[in-house]
Amino acid sequence: MHAASTHLAWLVLLPPLGAAAGITLLALNRPAVSARLSIGAILAAFGVSLVLFTQGVEGRTAWTWLSIDDGRGTFVAELGLRLDHLSCLMLLVVTGVGSVIHIYSLGYMRGDRSVGRYFAGLSLFSFSMLGIVLADNFLMLFICWELVGVSSYLLIGFWFERPAAADASKKAFLTNRLGDFGFLLGIILLWAAFGTLDFAELEQRIGAGTTPWLPSLVGLLIFCGAVGKSAQFPLHVWLPDAMEGPTPVSALIHAATMVAAGVYMLCRVFFVFAAPGSAAPDVIAWVGGGTALLAALIAVQQNDIKRILAYSTLSQLGYMVLAVGLAGMAAGAHPVPAMYHLTTHACFKALLFLGAGSVICALRHEQDIWRMGGLARRMPITFWTFLAATLALCGIPPFSGFFSKDAILALAWERQPVLLGLAVAVAFLTSFYMFRLVWVAFLGPAKSQAPDHARESPAVMTLPLLVLTVPSVVAGFWGIDSYLIEHFRPGEGLSAPGWLGQLTAPFHHAPVAAFSGLIAALLGIVFAWRLYSHRVQDPLPGLLDAAARPLRDKFYFDEFYGRLIAWTQDTLARGADAVDRWVIGGALVKGASGSIELCGRLLRLVQTGSLQTYAFLFVLGAVVAIVLMLGW
Amino acid sequence: MTVGLAHYLTVSVVLFCLGLLGVIARRNVVIVYMALELMLNATNLALVAFSRFNHNLEGQVMVFFIITVAAAEVAVGLALIVALYRKRQTAHVEDLASMRL
Repeated sequence: MHAASTHLAWLVLLPPLGAAAGITLLALNRPAVSARLSIGAILAAFGVSLVLFTQGVEGRTAWTWLSIDDGRGTFVAELGLRLDHLSCLMLLVVTGVGSVIHIYSLGYMRGDRSVGRYFAGLSLFSFSMLGIVLADNFLMLFICWELVGVSSYLLIGFWFERPAAADASKKAFLTNRLGDFGFLLGIILLWAAFGTLDFAELEQRIGAGTTPWLPSLVGLLIFCGAVGKSAQFPLHVWLPDAMEGPTPVSALIHAATMVAAGVYMLCRVFFVFAAPGSAAPDVIAWVGGGTALLAALIAVQQNDIKRILAYSTLSQLGYMVLAVGLAGMAAGAHPVPAMYHLTTHACFKALLFLGAGSVICALRHEQDIWRMGGLARRMPITFWTFLAATLALCGIPPFSGFFSKDAILALAWERQPVLLGLAVAVAFLTSFYMFRLVWVAFLGPAKSQAPDHARESPAVMTLPLLVLTVPSVVAGFWGIDSYLIEHFRPGEGLSAPGWLGQLTAPFHHAPVAAFSGLIAALLGIVFAWRLYSHRVQDPLPGLLDAAARPLRDKFYFDEFYGRLIAWTQDTLARGADAVDRWVIGGALVKGASGSIELCGRLLRLVQTGSLQTYAFLFVLGAVVAIVLMLGW
Repeated sequence: MTVGLAHYLTVSVVLFCLGLLGVIARRNVVIVYMALELMLNATNLALVAFSRFNHNLEGQVMVFFIITVAAAEVAVGLALIVALYRKRQTAHVEDLASMRL
């Protein structure tokens, strides 16, 4: 509205940054102080976001960081913030879910030796994530993008004394960097082609028409960044390993916000993919769909509660990426389904992870679901909230996940029926593996001594669960999609029907998609119930025989990448060795010494030691000199 | 036929070349030494001839210097050859190759 309010956006960023700096400098060894600082900062950011959201502030505010005149033009690096419907909604998600998880951490991390370091990492992450959300140009986006990677690295490796955690953090960082390399190339290409990195200007210039190959290439390169950050095939391998970090970190970073940053970025720069004739949307849609199916298949045979959730996250991220790709396939479309699913998924997936954390805490760090069982009676709050989130994830009406997933299915029905089939298969698998988890861990008989002593977690942990349950259940009625459509198509999203109308809208709008998704989900639940309700051992390997093995071993991606990297390194090392041995050591070093030695040996033949030879040569020289002097 | 400068110089060059040949080709050190003296004296002859035909004495002054130096050189050189012979029991040039690397 007016300029003063857009400056308010800086106030979202500053508290987490201040908290991160303050904790690192002053309160690293004071758990209580650091926790208060960090939680206060994220709550402050949440408050400001709420004000911005309710006031409907739009606009941008920028601070010029660098201005370089290189003779041909001026390069201006701005740290700019942009407030619109997209960023306001995402701000609420990040700070809202973030606040809840910060508070939950207080209970989960109690007694850990380095609570200060933990909260410093969380605050740094919050700051960088909010930077991504608010960024209005590629430069700032990329800076925060990398900062998010760093804080993710720090938090995955929080228990760095465990080799698995240290390895996982390295793997996550390197895999992300691989994707970011393509992202950076895309940004440089955009700069070279258009001379600006500002989103609004780029949107205008790309909309005005360019060479046909440029949007395709730039789109694919930028998508590389999202592939890394949102853990899409083939760079999906880091996310399951990232579960080595503390569970609240998994909830905040590796489920709700950071991994969604890739999808958010795709929506933010959707104009690149929407450019007519771009080949990128097809690739994006198929990569997303493939990841969704692949991850859902792997999740069916995982036994670690957090890993099941991690593969489920991969699969849902695949849905979102699929939605972005589908939206880009036709002209004039908008990626609202992707953002919608991102929002609801952030709530219920964070809730699932926090519930898992509650279980893990109660069982003294037992994560194998085949050593749990019967937890529903012992931990009622955890169970009911977990169940609500599971139903939301499976897409059972009226839970929030149903609406957002249905939006994606409807989009697939319009654009590409093959991908609809794929998405429906994933929906079936999703409810199958989630209810497998619910039955084995919560409802079925106890499989070990561990659950006997389990007790409900303290209020500081259960309260966040209850808070997150609210959006997980009812976010489908809040009109998030019409709010988002306002962003892409001003004026079209205002007519939101009543809640009953919203509940039945999917069945009117695209009945095939809605019913097939719903039936697939229900089938998944029934299958899981038939197979797992009373088992103490997984019957699936017996039923599927050899087919279950690759699922359990995650389709051997880690082994394959390990071999590939080892092979690449070996080949490179052999090449370098050959160059060193033959070119540098052989041709250059030995060549120099050898040629000089050869000259020496030749000259040595002249040194006969015979007086008369010398005399003869001397005379010969004198004769030559005389001849030359006389000019004969 | 009058004898001119060219005749003297021709004799001088012939003597010089004979001396050179002796230095390069003879094996005995003493003979080599004598050939060396022959080369010096060929030079002397040329210088005297120049002096005579140019009507000044600078060439003859030079010749006196050469004769003096040659006398000193003979004294030193023969002493060296005698010493060398006593040490090596040979006066052949090809046996005296200690300058070889």
